[in-house]
Amino acid sequence: MAEEKKNLTCICCPMGCQITVTLKDGEVTDVTGNTCKRGDIYARKEVTNPTRVVTSSVRVTGGEIPMVSVKTKEDIPKGKIFDCCRAIEDIEVPAPVKIGDVILKDVCGTGVDIVATKNVAAR
Amino acid sequence: MKNYDLVIVGGGPAGLAAAISARDNGIQDILIIERDDRLGGILNQCIHNGFGLHTFKEELTGPEYAQRYIDQVLERGIDYKLNTMVMDISPDKKVTAMNREDGMFVIPAKAVILAMGCRERPRGALNIPGYRPAGIYSAGTAQRLVNIEGYMPGKKVVILGSGDIGLIMARRMTLEGAEVKVVAEIMPYSGGLKRNIVQCLDDFGIPLKLSHTVVDIEGKERVEAVTIAEVDDHMKPIPGTEERYECDTLLLSVGLLPENELSRQSGVELSRVHKGPVVNDALETNVEGIFACGNVLHVHDLVDFVSQEASQAGKNAAAYISHGEKKAKRVVKLNPVDGVRYTVPEFVRPEEMDDTVTVRFRVGAVYKNAAVCTYFGDKCVARRKKQIFAPGEMEQVILKKADLLADPDLKEITLKIEEA
Repeated sequence: MAEEKKNLTCICCPMGCQITVTLKDGEVTDVTGNTCKRGDIYARKEVTNPTRVVTSSVRVTGGEIPMVSVKTKEDIPKGKIFDCCRAIEDIEVPAPVKIGDVILKDVCGTGVDIVATKNVAAR
Repeated sequence: MKNYDLVIVGGGPAGLAAAISARDNGIQDILIIERDDRLGGILNQCIHNGFGLHTFKEELTGPEYAQRYIDQVLERGIDYKLNTMVMDISPDKKVTAMNREDGMFVIPAKAVILAMGCRERPRGALNIPGYRPAGIYSAGTAQRLVNIEGYMPGKKVVILGSGDIGLIMARRMTLEGAEVKVVAEIMPYSGGLKRNIVQCLDDFGIPLKLSHTVVDIEGKERVEAVTIAEVDDHMKPIPGTEERYECDTLLLSVGLLPENELSRQSGVELSRVHKGPVVNDALETNVEGIFACGNVLHVHDLVDFVSQEASQAGKNAAAYISHGEKKAKRVVKLNPVDGVRYTVPEFVRPEEMDDTVTVRFRVGAVYKNAAVCTYFGDKCVARRKKQIFAPGEMEQVILKKADLLADPDLKEITLKIEEA
């Protein structure tokens, strides 16, 4: 496989270094443009296995407020963000809901649960 | 109405941390007054993660961060009133408030902590030409509609201003199925965190146009299109650079202002730069016994620093209630120049101050390879280098009491940004 270059902006501080990562056969062979070690670590992870925690909110029935905020308990692959949002958009949960309650198990086969991030008392 | 030693105006992150700290420093009768129907303030609608990295060493969502402080308030049995609006604070600290259950009531407090937070700058503060149709929201209003009420404000969105709330809402609305066409920022840099630019815009291919602003809004009943144009060095639109975007929604994320109507009524002096109260090292205003902390004092970048500052205000208010005001032997003024826009506090009292005092400030532009320098009179006493200073980030220097005591003739401390 040929050599491949990927450009990204470092998020570790306001510098926002423009980093170029060189990959060969999917392996990182070079990282340039970063000013510090943190940029190197960030860039390697971001090109090989980018992940994000997804946050959203779902409807609550019988609660003091109509929505409860939720998140993926851990980060999931970046490519699954939209699938994850579609998977939870029609969910309704009955009040009461407590922080940490599992709203959906194993979202989109990631092995990660969707959990509540807010307490919502019953009305 | 029960008597209270300390009244805290606002039950957001600042008010909660101030209350906890005042109780832990010996004050029993504390009342938090909150106008919303729950404690936690704006954190309730900030459902994204990234809060509390400094305090808890983990990335919490806004509601989770708030709950950690709410739990501590509840554990301590601190009183609070929800759905209650403070109408007035008099210079002698009589707090007038009202709600549906109690009607109007007055609490004569020994000390007051201002913790009302901030507001978004509205369209009216911007002078945008064009019609005034429906579909123009501040980013925070849109955030409340989506995250708390469960409504989508629109389907095709243009965002003016690249403050963090605007960036967060660009992602949020994209994930909920809207098309965010562009984010326009009038400054040549973004006021938002790099992390938010990458994870809220770049991740979804949303363009950020720096040095651009809105020059026209079309639509009579509802927004139909927005035109943006590039601006020159004087922020004047450059003819011929206009780009028209069809959309039904314009979000404004154009800055925050401390909410100081009550402070003003009580005779508190306000800073012309950070728009919050002028305070001393104890975070006490010019009105004895009235303290301020959090975003009502100056707009913070991270909630962790709000909590830290508010704890300090709570501790100092407790000392004031227990021991009364200590007359300052002398006052040293802090003088922000050359890139340092303001300092909080504005002055310190060497004899009365804590062993260390954190001075927080913001810079006026992006400075690379620079240093923040502290001068006692003409003498540079501290110099801290950084690769970058940016207006979006709050900076700090720490003053040591011992250093100030060692200089009995000290009148003024100057903070400035110098080339490294």
